[in-house]
Amino acid sequence: MTARSATDGLELLELGHDDRGPAPPEGRERGDLRPPRIPQHAYLTGLVLALAGILMFFLALVSAFVVRKGLGGDWAATPVPGILWFNTAILVISSVTLERARRGLTAADDSGFRAWWGVTTALGVAFLAGQIVAWRQLAEAGVFLATNPSSSFFYVLTGAHGLHLLGGVLALAVVGLRGDPPEARLPRSTAARVAGVYWHFMGLLWVCVFLLLLLGQ
Amino acid sequence: MATEAHPAVHHAPQGFWRKYIFSTDHKVIGIQYYLLALVAVFVGMFLSLLMRFHLAWPTEEVPFFGAMTPEQYLALMTMHGTIMVFFVLTTAPQSGFGNYFLPIQIGAADMAFPVLNMLSFWLTFVAFLVLLAAFFVTGGAPISGWTGYAPLSALGEIAGPGLGLGQTLWVVSLAIFSGASLMGALNFITTTLDLRTRGMSLLRMPLTVWAWFITAILALLAFAVLLAAGLLLLLDRHAGTSFFIPGGLVVSDKQIPHTGGSPLLWQHLFWFFGHPEVYIAILPGMGVVSHILSCFSRKPIFGYKAMVLAMSAIAFLGLMVWGHHMFMSGMSPYSAFAFSLLTMSIGVPSAIKTFNWLGTLWGGRIQFTTAMLFATGFVSLFVTGGLSGIFLAQPTVDIYLHDTYFVVAHFHIIMGVAAIFGIFAGTYFWFPKMFGRFLNEGIGKVHFWLTFVGVYAIFMPMHFIALAGHPRRYADNTAVSFLEPMASVHYFMTIAAFITIGAQLLFLFNFFWGLWKGSKAEEINPWHATTLEWTVPSPPPHDNFAGHVPAVYRGPYEYSVPGAEKDFTPQHLPEPQAAAGDD
Amino acid sequence: MANNQCSRGSALVAAIFALLLVVLTFSTIYFFAARTWWFPESITSLGQAIDAQFVRTLWITGVVFLLAQLALAYVLLRFYDRGGRAHYSHGNTTMEILWTAATAILFVGLGIAAESAWAAYHSQPASPNPIVVRVVAQQFQWNFHYSGPDGRFGRTAPELVDDGLGNFVGLDRSDPAAVDDLVTPIMAAPVGREVVLDLMSKDVTHSLFIRELRFKQDAVPGLVIRLRFTAVKVGDYEIACAELCGLGHHRMRSVLKVLSPEEYEAWLVEQAVE
Repeated sequence: MTARSATDGLELLELGHDDRGPAPPEGRERGDLRPPRIPQHAYLTGLVLALAGILMFFLALVSAFVVRKGLGGDWAATPVPGILWFNTAILVISSVTLERARRGLTAADDSGFRAWWGVTTALGVAFLAGQIVAWRQLAEAGVFLATNPSSSFFYVLTGAHGLHLLGGVLALAVVGLRGDPPEARLPRSTAARVAGVYWHFMGLLWVCVFLLLLLGQ
Repeated sequence: MATEAHPAVHHAPQGFWRKYIFSTDHKVIGIQYYLLALVAVFVGMFLSLLMRFHLAWPTEEVPFFGAMTPEQYLALMTMHGTIMVFFVLTTAPQSGFGNYFLPIQIGAADMAFPVLNMLSFWLTFVAFLVLLAAFFVTGGAPISGWTGYAPLSALGEIAGPGLGLGQTLWVVSLAIFSGASLMGALNFITTTLDLRTRGMSLLRMPLTVWAWFITAILALLAFAVLLAAGLLLLLDRHAGTSFFIPGGLVVSDKQIPHTGGSPLLWQHLFWFFGHPEVYIAILPGMGVVSHILSCFSRKPIFGYKAMVLAMSAIAFLGLMVWGHHMFMSGMSPYSAFAFSLLTMSIGVPSAIKTFNWLGTLWGGRIQFTTAMLFATGFVSLFVTGGLSGIFLAQPTVDIYLHDTYFVVAHFHIIMGVAAIFGIFAGTYFWFPKMFGRFLNEGIGKVHFWLTFVGVYAIFMPMHFIALAGHPRRYADNTAVSFLEPMASVHYFMTIAAFITIGAQLLFLFNFFWGLWKGSKAEEINPWHATTLEWTVPSPPPHDNFAGHVPAVYRGPYEYSVPGAEKDFTPQHLPEPQAAAGDD
Repeated sequence: MANNQCSRGSALVAAIFALLLVVLTFSTIYFFAARTWWFPESITSLGQAIDAQFVRTLWITGVVFLLAQLALAYVLLRFYDRGGRAHYSHGNTTMEILWTAATAILFVGLGIAAESAWAAYHSQPASPNPIVVRVVAQQFQWNFHYSGPDGRFGRTAPELVDDGLGNFVGLDRSDPAAVDDLVTPIMAAPVGREVVLDLMSKDVTHSLFIRELRFKQDAVPGLVIRLRFTAVKVGDYEIACAELCGLGHHRMRSVLKVLSPEEYEAWLVEQAVE
């Protein structure tokens, strides 16, 4: 008599994935010290989860912003430096160039990929430089971290975003410089895809922060 | 759902450092977390012993300590809570056992991101050192409780001893811990979603895996908020901002130049993290208890799907009830009522789990191994601790009971006992798999009986003195007159604490004796259990399944299947072998 | 199907466990029922509603506690391993639905029953002639600020606070309205008359707790929180702090003196003289 499990027929509830990623290279040596391969989509899963955590972090800051502003009293809006418009444009364009670079990968156009990927990285650096300029301008106008609550949030939100974007720039640099080692656990196509999703998220996050600073103060 | 075919067998890393210290093997990392929690729990218990001695004999010098000032008591109390909640209850059940057994139980060779996993552990270790450093700096450890309410925690040394560098170290430690937890959570969730072996659908996963998975989701959402709160607190303390510090304060006759911040904002941010945190502390224990009750009743878990739904409901609702820590804080009474109803409704899935544990035992063939004793004890304690929550969940009743020993009783019974029982149950159950030797069952049983009686003796009286209005966090109970009749109860609780903590030395001895001299586990499946960890050697090889991809054919708790030859049908056996009782 | 290294379900272990559960259950119930340690008598009418809700909750949780612990004891006694096979079952959906529904009705119902007392606590209709007291908490004492016969509170400002000189609330003595203000370390109130408390804090969060009033409210810096009570019995009632506020948290005590109207007037005069 066969055992009947409560879960018979419930395979529909499995999370099915077809993507198994590139097959392990032939002739792989015994005694391989590196951890075993995982399905390529797992890297994307991990990144999306990291983004969920990062989103919660920023949501906490934004809700603190809303509450603090609502307390009334000493809240005085911090003027948004004009260069932020320019920085925003740079970041949005960098998302476009990133996708253009990735198209180079699928088309097996290695130099095309490298070129556009380099442009994206440079735009990221330019964004960060632009943010520092914005901070300098505020400091010159006498607006510092503790000047008033809205300026505190200005610096905290832009600073936190900037730090995360710096991480993104470093990731872009690593992906760009690393090339595509044939035996890598994490092939370049996956790395570029994952770094791309992170980059786009940071761009979107910036747009939201920018809108909050423009309209929410 | 299949992983890729594993390449040829991985040889384990050679050399002491790569093997035992900077290992990326989830099993080594699991043990590292467990040992960290073991050190932390004895530090935490020592602190509580000092506190309890002082409460029973307020005018005497405390042994190993000396005369205890109120600020020293409060510093011990703050560090006791912080160490226990973070470095024991968030560490051992989830990062310890979860790291070790989640991959094996789903048929994976390791966690999805082993290097990140190693980094998580070492960051947690650093966080622990940073926290302990608070004891040794000028001013000592902070005195603001594990909840670190602002403005007390934000004003610095002027508001009290330990609130200078000690408080800063506390915040930094928790920030590092949060980062490490986020990384760990990410690893657990990815692994569960993407690395399950053939046949391991979500509804064939052991309830331990479900518990670790759901807990990791909570951790991902909650610790991010703690990190944000900690950042803002550090800025208030050191950069002159006023997120939490209102204007117009006068502390010890000194005007404080901050303006307009909100102490309630800290409470909202902290408890948005803090409430899910306590579910993070208990959910893995619930998974372990289900796992063990089923095994030693020789019966499938009663209502597997309901158990999954109940844990999910507890986690989901747990994100929405943080305001019940703030009923008396000055929040809107309407919000309080909403939080109250949501909190009361968490009682429903909790009750479902209790019914189902009883239903698992019902009709079973109960075998009283030490692991089973602790799992059963968990059920009793969960009922007791959970029911006291019903009082606190109602603002009307909480008016009186808030910030009294009723709260202390409630969270100690649930976290400080039931969750600990989950850790003990898991230890006695999995020790043979992890180390190839058994813990001594005789000593284990003495450990259980002494502890079970002891914890009730310590914490039940706290409910009673609370009815008489005994506030909590009092360094000294001789100033307020109405506390005088309760001194004898403190004395009783202290004696009970001495005995109970003493009994834990038995566990410590058993643990280390077992590592070296425990009787060898010759069978790889000594408990005749059904899940995948019992199909691999003890301890398992570096890549768990020696290069082959396990497959799973049925649910995780097929015990006493009618018609099967043995009273357990492991998950990994295909049909003909299962019916024939092959092993 | 012997398991090595573990003792089989034994009647003795089951019996001891069950006995311990029974002893625990009944001793706990005893101490609650006998009220060995209990609330002091309530001195407000609102207190009755709060106490009633507590007792209602105690009954319900008490019955659940009794049934659950005894059920656990019972299954251990009845189903310890005596050989034979366990009963194979994955559960019973009907029972699941039934006990889930029952629990939901019970717990949520209890929560809703608590609502009216909570609403009353926060929305008592204002009486026409209350005594208004400003409660200013600080590390580590309570300050009670009365407006005096003119019924107007004098101006206060943080920069005027001087603990050393005894001006704990920063009263501006040059303000004519402040001339008759009283700031005392203990609170007094006439019996039967409504008292309005405006709770404030100078430094960190404290909490005003008076057991017999069934009153507890955090005093949060930056906020003024208003609550009311009417005490119906004369007596001295101890005040304690119920929110960790620093090293003196445990000694931040005071007294509420509920007095007859004549004694209350006499007390005000006496305080004004000091």
